[in-house]
Parts: sequence; structure tokens; C-alpha cells
Amino acid sequence: MNNLPNLDPNHTSGLDRRSFLVSSAAAGGGFMLGFHIPAGQAATATDAEVNAWIVINADDSVLIRVAHSEMGQGSMTALAMLVAEELDCDWSKVRTEFVDPRLNITRNKVYGGMATVGSRAVRTSHEYLRKAGASARQMLVSAAAQRWNVPAGECQAAASVITHAASNRKLGYGAVAQAAAKLSPPKDVALKDPSSWKIAGKSTMRLDIAEKVMGKPIYAIDVALPDMLHAAIAQSPVFGGKLKSYDEAAIKNRKGVHSVVPLANAVAVVGESYWHAQRALKAMPIAWDDGANGKVTSTEIAAFLTGGLNDSGDVPVARNDGDVKAALAGAAKVIEAEYRVPFLSHAAMEPMNCTVRFTEGGLEVWAPTQNAEAILSAAARASGIEPTKIVVHLTYSGGGFGRRGGAAPGDYVDQAVLIAKAVGRPVKMVWSREEDIQHDFYRPISSIKFAAGLDAEGNPVAWNTRVAGQSILSTANPAGIKNNMDAGFLICFTDNPYDVKNIKVDYAMRNTHVPVGYWRSVNHSQNGYFRECFFDEIARAAGQDPYEYRRKLLKNAPKQLAVLDAVAKKARWGEPLPPGHFHGIAQVDGYGSYVAAVAEISMNADGSPRVHRVTTAVDCGYVVNPDSVETQLQGAVVWALSAALYGEITIKNGRVEQGNFDNYRMLLMAQMPEVDVVQIPSGGFWGGIGEPGAPPVGPAVANAMLAATGIPVRSLPIIKRSTTSV
Amino acid sequence: MINININGKEHAVDVDPDMPLLWVLRDTLGMMGTKFGCGIAQCGACTVQLDGVAARACATPVSAVAGLKITTIEGLSTDGSHPVQKAWIAHQVPQCGYCQSGMMMAVDALLKSSPNPTDAEIDAAITNICRCGTYARVRQAIHTAAKT
Repeated sequence: MNNLPNLDPNHTSGLDRRSFLVSSAAAGGGFMLGFHIPAGQAATATDAEVNAWIVINADDSVLIRVAHSEMGQGSMTALAMLVAEELDCDWSKVRTEFVDPRLNITRNKVYGGMATVGSRAVRTSHEYLRKAGASARQMLVSAAAQRWNVPAGECQAAASVITHAASNRKLGYGAVAQAAAKLSPPKDVALKDPSSWKIAGKSTMRLDIAEKVMGKPIYAIDVALPDMLHAAIAQSPVFGGKLKSYDEAAIKNRKGVHSVVPLANAVAVVGESYWHAQRALKAMPIAWDDGANGKVTSTEIAAFLTGGLNDSGDVPVARNDGDVKAALAGAAKVIEAEYRVPFLSHAAMEPMNCTVRFTEGGLEVWAPTQNAEAILSAAARASGIEPTKIVVHLTYSGGGFGRRGGAAPGDYVDQAVLIAKAVGRPVKMVWSREEDIQHDFYRPISSIKFAAGLDAEGNPVAWNTRVAGQSILSTANPAGIKNNMDAGFLICFTDNPYDVKNIKVDYAMRNTHVPVGYWRSVNHSQNGYFRECFFDEIARAAGQDPYEYRRKLLKNAPKQLAVLDAVAKKARWGEPLPPGHFHGIAQVDGYGSYVAAVAEISMNADGSPRVHRVTTAVDCGYVVNPDSVETQLQGAVVWALSAALYGEITIKNGRVEQGNFDNYRMLLMAQMPEVDVVQIPSGGFWGGIGEPGAPPVGPAVANAMLAATGIPVRSLPIIKRSTTSV
Repeated sequence: MINININGKEHAVDVDPDMPLLWVLRDTLGMMGTKFGCGIAQCGACTVQLDGVAARACATPVSAVAGLKITTIEGLSTDGSHPVQKAWIAHQVPQCGYCQSGMMMAVDALLKSSPNPTDAEIDAAITNICRCGTYARVRQAIHTAAKT
């Protein structure tokens, strides 16, 4: 991986050079392959950029450019595998490099969208990446055929070697890469049938792991520059508040303190080390103007949402099949319930941080991100420097989970740019964990009111869903809200796959002053829980097994049904469990994939569950790296359990009450259940994998608790129901 | 000046005695393998070993470690040949990887005191937070490392 922070101030990376070359000739890049740099312009005689994605060196080594962020989800390896598959190169000779976002500007967006969100890296780029590989292979074969003066159709490529069988001649890719780079890319290329894949589809060691076990300086927070200072920051504890005053004199003469930099809603102390800066910041008296929200509490917010559940006014309707009102009126039995979930924080292990160095006429930025182009935009906005003069150094990100790419990805970049500008030296700004948890873009708070009607046979005839909660668009893109509707907030209901004739879904939007954003599995996280838990309440009222009841109502949803059956089979649903153990089941599709989960629990004396085993089954269509899919599903179990069991952000006096891992609790090894992952890829589509594993896990646990106790779990976190620890 | 021994090498550092070892490592000595995650000894991203025992460097003043043998992730091996590193690669444990330096240092310390730990011993000793959720593979890799 050629992405270590550039520690040498005189260093000019290969990308910088290529970017310069390309921007000087940028006019005519097509979308797919852009233009390739003529070999004569390449800086060395040995590396040939065959196309925008692929550089082949004389020693046959292959550099594949990756435009998406790697934050642990494994897409850096998966994307390279897709290119390599069609390139027919020797996988052991592949290395990768992150795309400089400036290149995407100067090359007319040849790299597509760089935002790494919504479990989209593979599913939105597989086609153009495979075409890039196939096109390059064809150019390499053509170059070899020309050299041998034989028809290209007589030549074969495999594992970085081109063979002309009739004359028994062979050439390595490196030997013809220069010539290939001079050829025009083919207009169209055929892609392999996935059944013939040799690299993709096979469990493959990730390219980033060797560095990650050796403590290499591979994260933005690890950057160290000559003459660099360190900044610690305190932001207005109340969202929307402003900095009123601070007493610089109280800390100015402390050893290791360089300066104090005020911002509109924050103040930073700059020092010789992060510790010096942070210690002085804590000691500095700061007064805030809390604005209008300084008294808001969680109780008030809960009442605000309850008002939404009971709003009899005209709220927008997102789905209205049949006649729910009449069907409920005529039902033999009606089941009603209200559910609630709290705000949640991302708490990625690498805190928000950003390092900035002003250069002559330009700027360099290092920041963990899920959206390199947004970092570039933020740095340009904050500095007033045009984007082509800003270098965004891409590094691995210590988690992301939506915090570094969604609602406002540039907040920490803005701050670091302004601080570095004020002090006139390179600055690394690091947020404390408290700043991170208290200045997040939170998973929105939401509540729901259900009513379902059953006929005399226990079949559901009506399902009414009223959602009241905070739209993510209220933070991310307020202009995107039309007629008080945020359709994304109603996912899992608008596409509810259960066969119920009369369905109504409406939404009483209730936006608070707390900023909200995209949190791994986003709106599926709360709506999957709501829907799947209420489903078990309906099944229970109908006197039916929740798995069998799902089967019956998923008769028109074969993919959902297939993962449901697969997970039930693996978990041995319906077979005897150890005494005191109970199963719960749930299924949620999302991000183009289908996932079902079974949780096996027992109840502790205090009313909390002990989760013994979680079994999940997934169909994501085509699988690029099966081992990576497994790790994402394993990780999603942990993500979902931390949230369902413990996760809650509360508000008091307008600010977040939690601040660190002592009061924002995470699952640890001691609570880790056994996890079984069953992959049943059915092919024919490309589903995402970073997020869809999480939504069914929480409701599977809650449904197991319902089975154990007869009491539905209608609010999260679960730990609030018990008196001692889980 | 405070004299400290890190990965077998002596360093004389001119820092406040109460500066946490984490920041001496990162900001004074430029050793970036040890990570900052919480600052209150909760998450374990900063775990190092002091005379072979796991310790959280964010809450350990540098003055307290003079005379002790400090081992950081860079001290396991520089080529990935340490049994814990090999097990971590074999099981493809890291995802984002940020917590893994501390995780591996805690695991290596556990294996020093208990070469073949039970799951219960692992649960008690390994209290590091991983947000990506690598725990299932951490456990497998510990058992693999214990056998080598």
C-alpha cells in the first residue's frame, strides 16, 4: 500500500506528478477510462499507466487505484480484486493506491463518486472497474499481438502473461505495458461470467492487514510533520451555541502552550503536544452562549415525539394500500404498540482529527474520511484556496460508520484549516473522545405507533404505521425535505415485504436541535427493529410460530424467504434448546442485500439477556471476497448488540450527557456471543455488505426476550430494563 | 530528563513527569503504533506492556515507568513474525485496525501469564474495545497464537 502519510516535505508523490501531467491535457476524458497518459510523458521508463485505474511496471507488478475509502470494511481489497479479475493479472503482484481527489476533478470524474457510504463501494463501481480491467487486458494483448505480428484473437492472457500458443511465445504484462498504454482503449469490452472468476469470488487475504498488525503509521492521526503543533478543541456543548468568552491569560504562560485560537462555536488551544494542549484547554475558563436550546432535555424531546405519534392533523402519507381504517374496524383482533429508540453516537475508534499544512499557494490536508472529495471541498471552503491547489493525503480510516462521510463530513477539516491558518505553522488537531461523542451527527431518535388487525384465522389484514422522529435530511440536506417528507426515514415500512393487503405508513416529522446523520445501517437500524419486533407481537397474537408466520407472509418475497429459511436451518429453529435458552428471529433486507438472524439467549436474574449465539444468513447476490463478507457480518453483530443492549445518547440542558466509553458502553469480549454466518449468494445482483448485517440482530435478541418472558421489548437500550449489568 | 526503556532501547526524554506515556510515545518520540482512543483507560487502544504486563499508556504517567521495560506494538516484531501477529494475519483479524495495536499487546501479555488461556480467562483479560467488531476472530486468533 502506497498510502503512508507523506512525511517528507520535499516529497512529490507519483500522483502529484501524474495529476500535473493530466491536468495539462485534461480536456477530453471519457467517463470510463478517461485518457491515458502517453508513455512518453510518464516520468519513468518503467511504469506505464494503461488506464486511469491501472499502472503496470516493467517487473510485471500492478498498481491498482482505489477511489473509495478503506475504513475497515475491506472494499480496498475487493475493488482491486474486481479490476485484477478482468485484467487477468497475477494477484500476488498487485498493490493499491488511493486516488487523489484532485485527479477526479482534473480527469472529469473518471473515478466516479468517491464517497464511501451506503454500503456502495462494490455495488456502484463493479461494472466500470471490471471494464477498466478488461479494457486494459485487451490493450495488453493487442500490444503483444502487434509485437509478434499475429492476430490478437490468437493470443491468450492469464496471470500477467500473454501467450501465443501457435508459436509458443510468451510475454509478461510488464514487457508490453508501455506499448499498450499508447493504444486507444477499446470502445466496448465483454465481461466475464462470474462463474468463471478466478480471483473474485474466492476468499482472499486483505491487502491492508499486514501493515495493521505492525503498528505502522497508517492513519491520519499518525501524521508528524516538521515544525508541527498540536491542537485540542472545545466546541459549544449546546448544539447551535456560540463561543462567548475565554480566559487566555489563565493558561497562556503554561509550559508547552503556544496559543489560543477562537472559532465561532469553538476554541482551540495549540501546544507542543496534544497532551499540553488538551490539559491547558481543560484548565481554561470558557463561557458559551447557549442560544435557544440551552434547556432542552430528553424528556422534552420524548414528549415532542409522542405528540407526533398522536398528531391527528394532516401528516404526509408514504404508503397507502387498500383501506387500513376499514380493515382495522372489521378485524377480529387488533394489536397496538408503541416503540422507541434513542439517539446513538458513532464513536469510531480513531477520534476526529485533521492535520493541515499551508504550502506556497496551496494546502495539504490529512484527515480520516469516507469522502475524500468532501474533505477537499471543506478545505477549499475554509481556506479560500482553489481545490486543484489542495492535496488531500488519503490514509486508512480508524472506523467511519457514517460519521466521516455523511451529514457534514467537513466539520473537523474546517476547524483544522482555520487553526493552522491562525498559527502559521502545520497543526494536527485531535478531538478528545468527549468532543467526539458530544459533537456527533447522531443516529436519529425515533418512535412509532403500530396497529395491526387479524382476521378470525389469525391472518393479518391491516397494518398501520405512524412514524414520529427526526429526519436525517433535517441536518444533511434541509432543502431536500419536501412536504414534510423524508422517504428514507420510512424504509422497511414503505417496502415492507410481508403480504398484508391493507397497509398505511405516514410520518410526523419531529426535528430537534440535535444534529443527526448516517449511522451504520442508518434508518434500517431503527425501523428494522420496530417492524420485526412488532411482527412477533402480531404472530404471538395470532398464536403462531414467528418463523412459520414469517414464511407464510413472505410467499411473494423469495429472497427474504431464502435467507430466513437458511438461518432457521442453521440455527435449528424449533429444535430443543438448553434449559432456559430461547430463540428469536428477524429478517431485514437493505442496501441491496438480504439478511436474517436468529439469536439464542437466556435471561439473567435481573431481567437482562445473555446472548449466547447469533446466527445470520446473507444473500448479497455476487460475492467478491467471501472472507470479507463474513467479517462484515460478524462485525455487524457486535455493532447491533452494542446499540440494542447499551446504546443511548441523552440530552440535558441542550447538550449530550454521555462523554466517553465509561458512560457510552460498548460490547466487549466478555459479552461476545458465538457467531455463525451462512452465505447463500444467489447471484444476478450486487448487494452491499457493510451495513445490512446489523438491522436483524437487535430485533432477533428482543424477540428471543419476548419468547422468554412474554413481554415485548418496546424500547431500547435493553439494559435500561434491567437493574444490573448485562 | 527521564530515562525510559522502550523495546530494549534507552531514551532520555525531557518532558513533564506527569505526561502520560501515550503522548511521550506519540508526540515526543514519534512512535505512532500506540493509539489514542479515550484518554481514560477505558478502550485499551493505547495498551503497552510494562515488564510484560498490559498497561494503558494514556493513564500512565511517564515518571511511573522509569526503570521498567516498556514494550509497544513496534516491539513485537518489525516484520510480522511474532506469533500474535502471525495469528492475526492468519485469521484476518483487523478491520479498520485502529484498536488492534492495543488488542495485540493485551493478548501478548495474557499469553505470557497464561500460555493457553481458557475463554473465561480471555474474557476477563481482554477488555479492549473494537467498534468494527472483530471479537470473534480475536478469540480464534488467541487460541491459534497459544498453540505456536
